[in-house]
Amino acid sequence: MKLLTAERIRLLVPSMSLAVLLVAVFWLQPRTMSYTGLNLLFNLAVPIALATVAQMLIMMVNDLDLSMGTFVSFVACVTATWVQTDPLIGFAILAACIGVYALIGALIYLRNLPSIVVTLGMSFVWGGLAVLLLPAPGGVAPDWIRAIMTVKPPFAPMAIVASIGIALVAHWLVMRSSLGVVLRGVGGNERTVERAGWSVLRARATAYALAGFFAVLAGMCLVGLTTSADANIALRYTLLSIAGVILGGGEFVGGRVSPIGAVIGALTLTLAASLLSFLKISPDWQIGAQGAILIIVLAVRLLLNRSEARGTGQ
Amino acid sequence: MTQGDNPVISVNGARKSFGAVHALDGVDFSVRAGECVGLVGHNGAGKSTLVSILNGGLSPDSGTLALLGRPVERHSIAQARSIGLRCVFQELSLCPNLTVTENTRVAHRSLRGFGWRGRAARLIKDKLDEIFPDNGIDVGRSISGFSIAQRQMIEIATAFTSSDGSVRLVVLDEPTSSLDAGLAGQLLTFVRRFVAAGGAVVLISHILGEVLSTTDRIVVMKDGKVVADRPSAEFSTESLVGAMGSVVRAREARAARDAAASQTAVLSHTSAGRGLDFVARPGELIGLAGLAGHGQTRMLVDLYMAEGGSWRTPAARKVAFVAGDRAVDGNLPLWSIVKNMSVTLLPEIARFGLVDRAAEARVTADWHKRIAVRTENMDNPILSLSGGNQQKVLFARALASPAPVVLMDDPMRGVDIGTKHEVYAMLRAEAAAGRTFVWYSTEMDEVCQCDRVYVFREGEIVAELVGNEISEERILSASFAEKAA
Repeated sequence: MKLLTAERIRLLVPSMSLAVLLVAVFWLQPRTMSYTGLNLLFNLAVPIALATVAQMLIMMVNDLDLSMGTFVSFVACVTATWVQTDPLIGFAILAACIGVYALIGALIYLRNLPSIVVTLGMSFVWGGLAVLLLPAPGGVAPDWIRAIMTVKPPFAPMAIVASIGIALVAHWLVMRSSLGVVLRGVGGNERTVERAGWSVLRARATAYALAGFFAVLAGMCLVGLTTSADANIALRYTLLSIAGVILGGGEFVGGRVSPIGAVIGALTLTLAASLLSFLKISPDWQIGAQGAILIIVLAVRLLLNRSEARGTGQ
Repeated sequence: MTQGDNPVISVNGARKSFGAVHALDGVDFSVRAGECVGLVGHNGAGKSTLVSILNGGLSPDSGTLALLGRPVERHSIAQARSIGLRCVFQELSLCPNLTVTENTRVAHRSLRGFGWRGRAARLIKDKLDEIFPDNGIDVGRSISGFSIAQRQMIEIATAFTSSDGSVRLVVLDEPTSSLDAGLAGQLLTFVRRFVAAGGAVVLISHILGEVLSTTDRIVVMKDGKVVADRPSAEFSTESLVGAMGSVVRAREARAARDAAASQTAVLSHTSAGRGLDFVARPGELIGLAGLAGHGQTRMLVDLYMAEGGSWRTPAARKVAFVAGDRAVDGNLPLWSIVKNMSVTLLPEIARFGLVDRAAEARVTADWHKRIAVRTENMDNPILSLSGGNQQKVLFARALASPAPVVLMDDPMRGVDIGTKHEVYAMLRAEAAAGRTFVWYSTEMDEVCQCDRVYVFREGEIVAELVGNEISEERILSASFAEKAA
């Protein structure tokens, strides 16, 4: 057994970058090294982590979801309005949304469409629906979601417990379960899966539906944290989620994904923004600096992968 | 025979056409339990199409199919698997991102629920050890970390594993192509054991020695038909080769090219100790033959790259390339015919970095006449043309360039016979004018048009045939190895 397999390297880099950022933040601002501090640092990472897992499920089958941000915004609007006033209708809408995701997955496969185009189109649909629902920022988070998001577990703050929980559930679902193997197989070699007698259509629809489910959770968590919603509340989630997956060791094609890595990637991205604030970098430069951090991490991973490839030398 | 006298699978009068190409033209084929059937034939004989029909991937245009003696209306992959039919395909088909254990899970529906991982690991490990003792494969690692030979071993072992219902028939398409002699021997021994225990195997291989020694019966295909179906004992290597290429074609008279031999090479490729060297001289029409995927395209790409320069130092354009896969490597699908044709000519027809439209129109109009592209207007999009005419445009693109050597990667795929003959004539005229052509083709009559033919097997040149030596039989016997590697 080798100690440094490709899979472990894939997890090593995001974990190291999170650790480095965390140490830097603690050093710059020691007061973050507390229960409340950690919760404040990371609580906005919970919905991002869920959206990243959702994006990862789509990237697992070699597609890309450019509607993630507007979809999470739409879900947030539904949660702050219908779920709060008429829970039954609200949940029906959210369930229908997951169904729509499954349909999109099926459509993309059946008509052999580029997922980027379809989801880009869908992003306008979700965005439009969100504006129809909440033309101006408003709505109220249902109390029970609010309660869940502000719960104070012993030992570790909610943000940390939730992130670990999301990572474990996603890891079990994607990496350990027998269903997850088939779904990853679709990303790795669709023909093999088909020749083994599986329905690729069903597998892809399942992957999309699961992604829809995690994205719905992301929207609901977000409202629980912000207490109200806005049609543009989560627009940056599209790129954040893609960056999170890549940062966490996932790849655009080939079904190579890492759920734990994706969650760590989401935490890293959130922390990078905080670090830049602590460094008193003006917001004008923050997005550029965030990009620079991303490039550095990816460069390190590339170097490690190369040395690994040279090591096996096949 | 354990299943009575019913064949595991049988097809009668199967026909399948892809456009104008008759891949299968009325084929009868059946396999009984306890039988190992060899299936041989040259490129395009219809072997792969037949296998796809057996495993439910394709449905025949006409003909009947029966599983275990019962006629089947609509065959499917799931149905084929349910009666215990497995295929190992020539191109490796495992999921590279999954571990060996996980690939076993993909192959078996029933491996699910609590503890599936352990059961899958045991299943594949036992089978690997049974077929290939001392293989040293760690089933917890992902496929991308294994060598080609190990991947092939894993794929073969996966096909023979059974979780629910037994494995009745395994189709092995070139299973030994990347195994060394020892491993190939282990596999063939296992195949005999499997058959002796009542299983059935269809073995497709280019190594005639192993087909003759392992199988009970050999089916020879040619041009979509079964041309021979006899017990293996009645065949010898010579009679097999004879059966594969029995039709004698009248060769078109070709001008003697003895003079060419004295000229210096325009292009050469030295093989690093494996097989023969490659040399091309001015005015030659050189064929690359052999079974598909035995290194011909690799050679063309190597030749092109050697002359291609790099992005820093663009090469003096000595070679032009005609791609075979039009949709992937050839067409610029959004462009007009004119632009598709002139793209290699741009340095000649540009002035101060701007394309001289008048010169472009002049040159392409000239080629429009010379190669007779069937279109009213050369400004139409390239995709408005038929496949054959698109290919003509790609030929014109290469021929219009000043390059003295043209490499062709099986460019006539899916081209109708009329267009082919026009192109052949064009090639001969260009060759007479001193241009060199290196032509990889999977079709025998195209290879027979050449002045000199290199036959490829397993990535190396195994034979060089000149002039009158070029015959279907010589090429076939060189492409199929006589003995197991």
